[in-house]
Amino acid sequence: MNYIFYFLIIISIIVGASNGKLPDVVNAILTGAEKSVKIAFSLIGIMAFWLGIMKIAEKSGLVEKFAKLIKPITKRLFNEIPDGDPAIGDIAMNFSANALGLSNAATPIGLKAMEELQKHNKNKKTASNAMCMFLGMNTASFQLVPATVIAVLAGAGYKNPTEIIAPTLIVTSFTFICAIVLAKVFEKLSPPQEIEEVAENA
Amino acid sequence: MLDLISLWALPVIIVFILTFALIKKVPLYETFTDGAKDGFKVAVNIIPYLVAIIVCISMLRASGAVEMLANCLSGILTRFNIPAEVLPVIFVRPLSGSAALGLFSDIATVDVNSYATQLSAVMVGSSETTFYVLAVYFGSVGITRYRYALWVGILADIIAAVMSIVVCSYIFL
Repeated sequence: MNYIFYFLIIISIIVGASNGKLPDVVNAILTGAEKSVKIAFSLIGIMAFWLGIMKIAEKSGLVEKFAKLIKPITKRLFNEIPDGDPAIGDIAMNFSANALGLSNAATPIGLKAMEELQKHNKNKKTASNAMCMFLGMNTASFQLVPATVIAVLAGAGYKNPTEIIAPTLIVTSFTFICAIVLAKVFEKLSPPQEIEEVAENA
Repeated sequence: MLDLISLWALPVIIVFILTFALIKKVPLYETFTDGAKDGFKVAVNIIPYLVAIIVCISMLRASGAVEMLANCLSGILTRFNIPAEVLPVIFVRPLSGSAALGLFSDIATVDVNSYATQLSAVMVGSSETTFYVLAVYFGSVGITRYRYALWVGILADIIAAVMSIVVCSYIFL
């Protein structure tokens, strides 16, 4: 991000100067800064509403319920992890929280899942197959309702903000399934995880 | 069918959560207001990131650099119906969630009912900040060799971007 930030500003000034648009570029700093604050403020109302609803979901134990429902699937994806291990429950909880858009709640559970997975890891410095699968699921992140995006659309005055739910759902489900398949394919193709001593020599 | 899903998703989820919580005897009103307090915090917390990225992008657009890039790539872009302003979203999404949100907000304020807004909305909503997730999760347990996890993440991002373009052009165009 550091380089991108630097690069974008330098490019704008150089290109602007060579196009004779330098006054516009300087002006854009002022209007851009003002616009950002306006956008943030237009988000407050809808974010507050959604976070309120999500707090209720969290308190009611809905996340746990959902996690229990998908546990059989998680168990199958993580065949390295023994049955009944806390890691499976944590992974299911992390997925459920992510799906509901509770990223603040999802991260601590996810980090706990990583700790549990690390206990089964044969090499503490290298990612295990189970970890790669878990992070594949996480980076592709399945989400039921893209709340922030809807908030921005509504704030900007888009005619029908919830219109984007269905297309987003299609894309996110497809990507999520692809990530799981990819993780399994890579697991078969890539060299097995090396044991501790070898890694330390390397 | 898709319109129905979009229209009903939110009401169904809200009614479901509220009913479930009511049965579980959660104090609905107090819990709601407690959670809603964070709305202000979230909005204020993203201001620095929005300022950084929106100022950059406003400068870039004012300089004419975006048009130049779009002209270079216009063949590919028009072929797949990708508005030029969406390009940065594709590249920034895996690197920074707040930056991608900033880019998307910027597109939405320029022309809210455009295809560019719709496409970038789906792109931002359907994927995660791959590099951030990897850094935080692996970092927390001291893993330094990611093996194929990075490839899975990057490939998933590419798939998400391509799928967004395909699905959006089918639904919105």
